[in-house]
Amino acid sequence: MTDTRNTLNAPHQTFVPLNTLDSPETENETWSEIIRPKRNVFDFKLRELWQYRDLIWLFVKRDFVSQYKQTILGPAWFFLAPLFSMLSFDFVFSQVAQISTDGIPGPLFYLAGITIWNYFQGCFFHTAGTLHNNAGIFGKVYFPRLATPVSILISNLSKLLIQLILFLGFWIYYYNSGAISINWYALLLPVLILLTAGISLGTGLIISSLTAKYRDLSYFIGFGLNILMFMTPVAYPESAIPEQYKPYLLLNPIAPVIEAFRYGWMGSGSFSWGGMAYSFLFLGISLFTGLVFFNQTEKNFIDTV
Amino acid sequence: MSLALKVENISKQYRLGNVGSGTLVEDLNRWWSRIQGKPDPLLKIGEKNDRTSKGQTDYVWALKDIGFEVSQGEVLGIIGKNGAGKSTLLKILSKITAPTEGQIKINGRIASLLEVGTGFHPELTGRENIFLNGAILGMTHKEVKRKFDEIVDFAGVERYIDTPVKRYSSGMYVRLAFAVAAHLENEILIVDEVLAVGDAEFQKKCLGKMGEVSKGEGRTVLFVSHNMGTVTQLCTKAVWLVDGRVHMAGSAEPVVQKYLSHGTKDSGDVFISEDQTSDNGFKFHRLTLLNSEGQPSSLLDIRKPSTIRIEYDLTKPITDLDISVRVNHSSGARVFSTVKFSCFNVQKHTLGRQAAEVEIPGNFLAPGTYTISIGGHVPHVALLALHESVLSFEVEETGSNMARYKGENYGIVLVDFPWKELSVSAHR
Repeated sequence: MTDTRNTLNAPHQTFVPLNTLDSPETENETWSEIIRPKRNVFDFKLRELWQYRDLIWLFVKRDFVSQYKQTILGPAWFFLAPLFSMLSFDFVFSQVAQISTDGIPGPLFYLAGITIWNYFQGCFFHTAGTLHNNAGIFGKVYFPRLATPVSILISNLSKLLIQLILFLGFWIYYYNSGAISINWYALLLPVLILLTAGISLGTGLIISSLTAKYRDLSYFIGFGLNILMFMTPVAYPESAIPEQYKPYLLLNPIAPVIEAFRYGWMGSGSFSWGGMAYSFLFLGISLFTGLVFFNQTEKNFIDTV
Repeated sequence: MSLALKVENISKQYRLGNVGSGTLVEDLNRWWSRIQGKPDPLLKIGEKNDRTSKGQTDYVWALKDIGFEVSQGEVLGIIGKNGAGKSTLLKILSKITAPTEGQIKINGRIASLLEVGTGFHPELTGRENIFLNGAILGMTHKEVKRKFDEIVDFAGVERYIDTPVKRYSSGMYVRLAFAVAAHLENEILIVDEVLAVGDAEFQKKCLGKMGEVSKGEGRTVLFVSHNMGTVTQLCTKAVWLVDGRVHMAGSAEPVVQKYLSHGTKDSGDVFISEDQTSDNGFKFHRLTLLNSEGQPSSLLDIRKPSTIRIEYDLTKPITDLDISVRVNHSSGARVFSTVKFSCFNVQKHTLGRQAAEVEIPGNFLAPGTYTISIGGHVPHVALLALHESVLSFEVEETGSNMARYKGENYGIVLVDFPWKELSVSAHR
């Protein structure tokens, strides 16, 4: 009886490597893919991202549809939110604090700032949460992780377009009443949107990578964004900034974007190619850094969440 | 046959404990040696991933030097106890996390089903979710469109296809989710026990589909399961992981047999270490199988009675606590479950260590290998603890009435049903 028992319970010695069992006749050395511990820092896998374009589109659709399901007003909320911010800004900054709006009618002035700022904030905030918020799905299935932030940019873009329609409504009203003028710089709008998108993506990716392991920064994001908004000429024009603070506040890459938007469409404020160039430089550096960081973080971050 | 997958010396190191300032110091240390071109200092340390004993460092190797090959069209089962590294291996294969060392060469597109219905959004309709889930799993819009009718048909949810999935019954939800997964066209499929869900009829359908997948279309499947019956049924090869290493590999049947008979301890006496971190007031402590002489043993005499003894700890009063013992045959079939009802009664019991025994009569289980699973639960309310296949034992033929049929498969239990002899003339 003891004999049987020993043979029964002695599988520790039976080590058979599987490859000796298989022995394929021809060694196949053409592989479609190789998984390695480390990968090239600069390999952003953009081609793969393109292959997943259907997924990006579906993410956009999901965000859009799910946001307003079971609401009565539906997409009307896209109008209502900026409208209310505009009214309160007009009351607080224009009526109470009596801060200059460079001669532009208050509602239009604030709406211009809010529209651009909302796009930046929406993109940045959600991109910064990419890894953390999607840990559940990222932990179960592979797809290019960049698909998520890119879909965020696009779904926020749709909101931006709706808000621009609102802006245009006010703009036509004030234009007809002769309060504002337009110039050729207005054509820069697509470039400005691209700049905002790129900067929010780059900085968002950096924050997302940094907060994947160390959460400290994510506590800062919420109120940091509030502070940053007041450091950006959203509720006041650049011309209202006291001279000695100007150089610091203009380090903000979104500031030239908002100023250029107002200058082109309303003909007041300031526009400088230097500011544009600075924003572009910021975009390049932040996007590149963001992609490198994100690339390095996403392959292992699931182990630390 | 050409290879679909070649795993070469895959290792994965994990850091245990919390992420805090200590982690930052280690990260900086790592980063500094990388700058200097030295190897990672923390890779030198690291221990075998034994969950039960406390180690010296915070670093463990969840996988160490795993290597195997899978040919095209093969179905490979990955088996092992909880914590053996199965899930980590699947995660690396699915590109969810990168290995620490080693590499995996792949021929073909991989689709991983570590969960069905990943990315399902409750507010979206069945139709929208099919497209979304398909895209997440790597299908193009065109592919999903082509398979759409088939998917809906397979899931049997045609009537609800334009209803948000939050209104689906859980069964419908799972069926829809699996239907999408079952129609993937990738050459390599990685499946993690998703078959454990769904109703019986649907499971059967899925099992058929899985078999079809590999046999019919030359597809390669890697399959992790605790259900040995399913593994032997579906898999051609199996890899058995123990503590992050390949313990045994080969054809599915013998590996599964060895795995089942291995149990956890040779003695028929197992101390149970809890995986669960939540303290729900109930914990198993020890499971012992006693032979007729009252000695712990994993080899039983077919004719003699034996006893299953359970020791458990109660730290909170739990009304309606049931403790159940289930015995499974090595084929995966459940032989029986027996339940000790209402184990805690405020008047009768005190908190602390408890013990209970149940006797299995002699001449009941047929010769073969069995495993014991134990669970503690409040029926329809809570599952407090469940330990599958904690202990395995062998029943040996020593001269029962059926001894003359030794080696024949005459069933899992011996019965002593009354036979009556009839006189033919009287019957007329």
